[in-house]
Amino acid sequence: MGNILNEQIVNTKMLCKDVFKMTISSEYVASNAKPGQFVNIRCGGLDAMLRRPISICDVDKSQNTFDIVIQVKGRGTEKLCSMCQGKVDIMAPLGNSFMIDDKHENICVVGGGIGTFPLLYLLKCSQAANKTALLGFRNKESVVLEDKFRAAAGNVEIATDDGSYGKKAFVTELLEEKIKSQKPDIIYTCGPAIMMQKVSAIAEKNKIPCQVSMEQRMGCGIGACLVCACKTKNGNNWEFSHVCKDGPVFWSTEVCWD
Amino acid sequence: MSNKIDLSTNIAGVQFDNPVIMASGTYGFGKEYSEYVDLNQIGGISVKGLTLKERKGNKPPRIAETPAGILNSVGLQNPGVESFIREDLPFLKNYKTKIIANIAGNTIEEYCEMAEILGDSQVDAIEMNVSCPNVKAGCLAFGTTPKGIEEITSAVKKYCKQPLIVKLTPNVSDIRSIAIAAEGAGADCISLINTILGLAIDINKKKPILANNFGGLSGPAVKPIALRMVYEAAHAVKIPVIGMGGISSWEDAIEFMLAGASAIMVGTANFVNPIIPVEIVNGIEKYLESHGHTNLNEIIGKLELND
Repeated sequence: MGNILNEQIVNTKMLCKDVFKMTISSEYVASNAKPGQFVNIRCGGLDAMLRRPISICDVDKSQNTFDIVIQVKGRGTEKLCSMCQGKVDIMAPLGNSFMIDDKHENICVVGGGIGTFPLLYLLKCSQAANKTALLGFRNKESVVLEDKFRAAAGNVEIATDDGSYGKKAFVTELLEEKIKSQKPDIIYTCGPAIMMQKVSAIAEKNKIPCQVSMEQRMGCGIGACLVCACKTKNGNNWEFSHVCKDGPVFWSTEVCWD
Repeated sequence: MSNKIDLSTNIAGVQFDNPVIMASGTYGFGKEYSEYVDLNQIGGISVKGLTLKERKGNKPPRIAETPAGILNSVGLQNPGVESFIREDLPFLKNYKTKIIANIAGNTIEEYCEMAEILGDSQVDAIEMNVSCPNVKAGCLAFGTTPKGIEEITSAVKKYCKQPLIVKLTPNVSDIRSIAIAAEGAGADCISLINTILGLAIDINKKKPILANNFGGLSGPAVKPIALRMVYEAAHAVKIPVIGMGGISSWEDAIEFMLAGASAIMVGTANFVNPIIPVEIVNGIEKYLESHGHTNLNEIIGKLELND
């Protein structure tokens, strides 16, 4: 269950232009967070009133800290990234989490841009024998936390849109190649919707179970306001599920991608 | 808590332990917030707007943040009135907080049918939403003219076993005439304001942020407008008024009561601070105590305008 907490910022570090990693001290979150969950963090002020939902990127249980990675997109995230010390008001941990099954020996995560970050803690928590991370970024400058991914997964492949680092390809092309050489038991993906849709289609074609971490503008973060709607299948019909409470993680086959 | 201060308020015969009620559409059916707040400490909850049958709501994005406010276009997503009574009301009845069923329909007949169905339930009052800006048919259309309000209020009142609260829209030119029409047609109470129709634009895409284009504005940005309307409505009618619109602190709540509200509703502020209702209850009590008052009647409607 989530809690309302007032926690100490340990440090905030710029990873690349407009992307910051904030380390927060919290015994509660470090003990309770599961991969895929998020924190709803208060920015403060009337010009950024609503809390911002940010994925948990990493947890250090020995230090009782956790990391979030924030991309500056507007007033709220700009304000958050400027916080280097003091305390933050967070509701955490929220949402469901990625399903980790010990039976899965080969797992593959597919991340795009800022969507790569929640996959790091998932890789760390998984006990799978073979772990692959396929990460897509815009260019060399936007490739971040590569060393952490290499420490968490045996196999890390990077694609950039302009070919300035790793392979010049879409990350979905890396996935198609990966499946040819070694079919994963499960795929986890997070990133732009169009990328996740394509990953889902590849997974379905190859009969591989796939979990996706969805994003939507949120209000309350706990399932009361119903704004973060996500169209999902319900038998032969469809319904609006909610990313904050029913998600953010869904099975790819649950999501209506239209 | 001091024993001398009485925070209870009576709305059309329903005794609320305190005047702090959760606004419809912002509190679900209470369950989500019960993990963070003891619902017994809240005067009342007006539940998520109910329709006769299940409604899926509008396409996302359904929310946009605006200066000191938010714009929403949820579009009344809800499981339908009967499912609410069966699945959600039993949980809420575990608490002493008063439960207000908020209803919205496409036709007068639908409103009447819902009122009739709720008559046999354990809800304490019915709030008739004739002011939701996010649905295409019905609803708001009834709430923008005195004639419309009169027609629907008198029809629905006949089916109400519980007190009927009529929730008014601010999207009108003269709130007094609307309030008077509701009272004349048998409303037991009026609540106001619902959200103000607004627009937010993504300048890069050159498109509205909301999939539904327009949405309802709430939050601190609307408070001065809400206060003025609550003052005008409360001075035009004798029935109790529930005030809402941008209340984010106990000071805001006091302002609304001074303007004439017998109770207040908290909406958007819950998203920012889930324990705000309890903070408001405590703040009201401390205010009364520090000003030498013993009950709410000593402040309700006590605003003195300048000469």
